[in-house]
Amino acid sequence: MNVLKQILDPAARPDPYRYFGALRESPVTVQEDGTYLVSTYREIVALLHDPRVSSDRRNLSAGAPAEQDDFNPSFIGLDSPEHDRLRGLAMRHFGPPHSPETVERLRPKMLELTTALIDALKGRTRADIVDEVAYPLPVAVICALLGVPEEDEPRFHALADEVVETLGPGEEDRAERERARKAAAMELSRYLAGLAEARERAPRADMLSGLITYRGPAGGMTRDEAVATSVLLLIAGHETTINLIANGMLTFLRRPDLLRRLRDDPELIIPAVEELLRFEPPVQFVSSRVALDDITIAGTTIPAGAPIVLAMAAGSRDPAHVDRPDEFDVDRPRNEHLGFGGGVHYCFGAPLARLEAQIVLKELVRRLRGPRLVADPPPYRPSAVLRGPRHLVVEYDGID
Amino acid sequence: MRVVVDLTRCQGYGQCVFLAPDVFTMHEEALLYDLQPADERREHVLRAAAACPVQAIHLDRTASTPNDDREWAPVMEDGRIVIVGASLAGARAAEVLRREGFAGRLTMIGAEAGEPYDRPPLSKQVLTGQVPPEHTLLPRLREIDAEWLCGTPAAALDVAGKRVLLADGREVGFDRVLLATGTRARPWPDEAEAALEGVHTLRDARDAAALRRALGAGPRRVLILGGGFTGSEIASVCRELGLPVTLVERGPAPLHNAMGGVIGDVAAQLQREHGVDLRCGTTVTALEGDGGRLTGARLSDGSTIEADVAVVALGSVRNVEWLRDSGLAVGAWGVACDAGCRAVDSNGLVTDDVFVAGDIARFPHPLYEYQFMSLEHWGNAVAQAEVAAHNMVSDQAHRWPHLSVPVFWSSQFGVNIKSVGVPTFADEIVFAQGSRAERRFVAVYGYRGRITAAVTFDQAMWLEFYQRQIERAAPFPPDFRHVGGGADGGPVPARVPERLVATAGATVVVTGHDPAERRASLVHPG
Ligand SMILES: Cc1cc2nc3c(=O)[nH]c(=O)nc-3n(C[C@H](O)[C@H](O)[C@H](O)COP(=O)(O)OP(=O)(O)OC[C@H]3O[C@@H](n4cnc5c(N)ncnc54)[C@H](O)[C@@H]3O)c2cc1C
Ligand code: HEM
Ligand code: SF4
Repeated sequence: MNVLKQILDPAARPDPYRYFGALRESPVTVQEDGTYLVSTYREIVALLHDPRVSSDRRNLSAGAPAEQDDFNPSFIGLDSPEHDRLRGLAMRHFGPPHSPETVERLRPKMLELTTALIDALKGRTRADIVDEVAYPLPVAVICALLGVPEEDEPRFHALADEVVETLGPGEEDRAERERARKAAAMELSRYLAGLAEARERAPRADMLSGLITYRGPAGGMTRDEAVATSVLLLIAGHETTINLIANGMLTFLRRPDLLRRLRDDPELIIPAVEELLRFEPPVQFVSSRVALDDITIAGTTIPAGAPIVLAMAAGSRDPAHVDRPDEFDVDRPRNEHLGFGGGVHYCFGAPLARLEAQIVLKELVRRLRGPRLVADPPPYRPSAVLRGPRHLVVEYDGID
Repeated sequence: MRVVVDLTRCQGYGQCVFLAPDVFTMHEEALLYDLQPADERREHVLRAAAACPVQAIHLDRTASTPNDDREWAPVMEDGRIVIVGASLAGARAAEVLRREGFAGRLTMIGAEAGEPYDRPPLSKQVLTGQVPPEHTLLPRLREIDAEWLCGTPAAALDVAGKRVLLADGREVGFDRVLLATGTRARPWPDEAEAALEGVHTLRDARDAAALRRALGAGPRRVLILGGGFTGSEIASVCRELGLPVTLVERGPAPLHNAMGGVIGDVAAQLQREHGVDLRCGTTVTALEGDGGRLTGARLSDGSTIEADVAVVALGSVRNVEWLRDSGLAVGAWGVACDAGCRAVDSNGLVTDDVFVAGDIARFPHPLYEYQFMSLEHWGNAVAQAEVAAHNMVSDQAHRWPHLSVPVFWSSQFGVNIKSVGVPTFADEIVFAQGSRAERRFVAVYGYRGRITAAVTFDQAMWLEFYQRQIERAAPFPPDFRHVGGGADGGPVPARVPERLVATAGATVVVTGHDPAERRASLVHPG
């Protein structure tokens, strides 16, 4: 069986890393379907910064496997300069240079939400970290950011769940899931379009109002663009953050010494989250790239029009890039990882995700008394791309 | 705590600005920051440093770090090493010597009193008043454990006797010495005019403090002599402060000397849009004063300018006078050395125990036809210091060549300008990506059909790709399909300043990423 197939096999979900060594032996390999898989750090970084590499699947040469037939004009699937224009317009309401304080201002909200979620674990000794903490937090934060009214949250939540639950390739009932995802995404778009319309009439201090109303010297977003961007923000930031939190708890609980150090020195959560992004990255593969021209890399020529898959999780554990790559080491100096991608598509929400993960993991470590895993490995979600535990049941002695 | 950002590496991801917005600020991609943030900001700064995708943010390492990143044993573990010039290159070399396991005596000799500090902020966040001039100290990346003789310049070098003579008569013996005395601002040639109150130059922290005071006092007009990077950055600060400013440049455009006329034209437009009174093709013939105070200047076109502050930004002079009798190959362009940073004597022979790094060094670059170059770039000072320090404690078989492709950055008028390679080593230029009108672009330089440099305006993320193209001597003009627009016409003459044109011959390619594995090789035509 070829290595990629082994990795995609659900049985490999708890530990795909043992296959990465074999994968990296050839930095670039062609798969049966003509996809080029790249697995070494340097080559991945080079391609992420290579202007001959497109994120727009419409550039696939005919006959290549198409991921999407409907086209979603959100900037994750567009190239510069269109990508830069839309990302810049979105960034205007999210980060520097125009709104450098937005994420920082969400911090109290994140802590408040986290505190409430952990408070709810009181009075018993067993909980599912995924369902009860990691899962509810990211949507609540996105709602606060976008400006989804609290009374709409249940509806929004349900749709969001539906979209992300059905996300992720490499599974059997793909066509069916794809249909369900599209229907939910459509419904979510409709919901957000309605909300955008309301904000257009009566803007508030939220991101959706900003996206829909802002007009600069070079114009603003159309309503479709604003809605597509909102849907993207929701989806791109959802499952990824859940997995980071769940992978984090799992990694810590497997290492009692580490757990002790984190408890004694809460500042350590900062490098710990970076190391998690390297060691157990929620996004294991970036599968959206297309070669615009022939690209020769590490001795292989990727032909124009060919799809490219970047094995980020393999790259971040490339021994040519990091020492002792399979060790979780919070003291690693200069931790450069591929957890959030790189180049112009570098994760838009990274600062938010980092802060969320830092806060919730720090609080879990601080407040759970004597936590231990009930099942190791835990059950995993089916996706090999957005990889993480489906449940993470822990037992504990109490909540501080 | 202390912070320095390696802006050579920074790609403008802005993660630091998100996580510590009161320490890092950004305009489009131009990053400015507080080099010595208050300790209350510590957690924010740690977050920012951890989040930087290219790990470009360096902080003090409080605990002494063990030498665990050392890969081999140095041949010179003890003895005495002396570093002359205790600034960027000198301090970095000291850190690397310790990292490489040098356990002997280390002496730092510096003309300036006080700890090493960073200069680029002096023409940027210090002049605007965002950061006080005394708050630019460089972080200590590791414990150096050295004897610091600061405040007294070295007066001579005795190569045969292996000693450095200080201006106060002291002598310091060495087994190996590193020369890193950098440059100083080229003064205005007329001493009496240069002495007028209101006439400034900018090289060190004291200069910056004086100029900051002068700008803060709200002068009626600032006159800047010279439209290189320093002059242009100062003009930018003046406009940011709302001060009227006239910039006089001898060449056809600002930045022309470093980047040629095509980019110079873009820079000129940028300056004029920001309200700079830009006079190109013009020189200042005299500075005028009244009662010892500057009142204005006369220009070569016969006009006069009224100004109460003038900044002479006419380039720099290398601090080599103290080496005049050393027997080394020393001149206006610095101290010649080989690619391994070993100084060359006046006979052209390589010395064994004298090394050179930073702005003072003049070294041959294989990628540029082995021409000797002197670079006044932050990134070059750091990279060369690392190579020099490594080589000082290594034997021949383990020496590294200094092959890094030059990278330079500047922030002005809200734009982050970066270059890789040597833009003046070119005959043509093409706008490869982005848009000239929006001032977001990648311009690629070519010389005889191969790529030799690239310049980005707010597009730093693409720079490394072009660096690889330069290293492998890729064909110019780039003819591949790519993202990012860039239908700004085909190649045009680069209009670079005159220089010696070398003969065509073998092409050099550079391979490898880390200093330890970088090698140049010749590719012969045909
Ligand atoms: C205002 C300003 C802005 C800049 N902006 C940028 C920028 O944006 N980007 C960029 O890439 N580069 C920039 N640079 C250039 C960068 O700062 C230099 O390349 C760098 O400082 C060189 O370091 P160095 O250690 O070689 O020399 P220097 O920093 O010049 O240090 C030399 C040291 O040696 C001392 N010295 C001199 N003579 C003697 C002697 N006889 N004995 C003992 N000590 C002596 C000097 O006092 C000085 O402390 C800027 C420089 C300045 C001045
Ligand atoms: C731990 C959590 C997260 C991880 C691991 C993660 C990872 C990534 C990665 C690897 C990419 C690059 C995709 C590519 O190159 O094609 C990306 C892009 C993106 N992410 Fe995230 N992400 C996370 C959280 C978030 C959050 C919270 C948001 C929203 C607030 C978000 C919004 C985006 C967007 C909009 C993009 C597209 C950027 C572009 O194309 O310019 N992400 N993310
Ligand atoms: S790349 Fe530059 S802007 Fe981005 S986080 Fe690092 S230092 Fe800050």
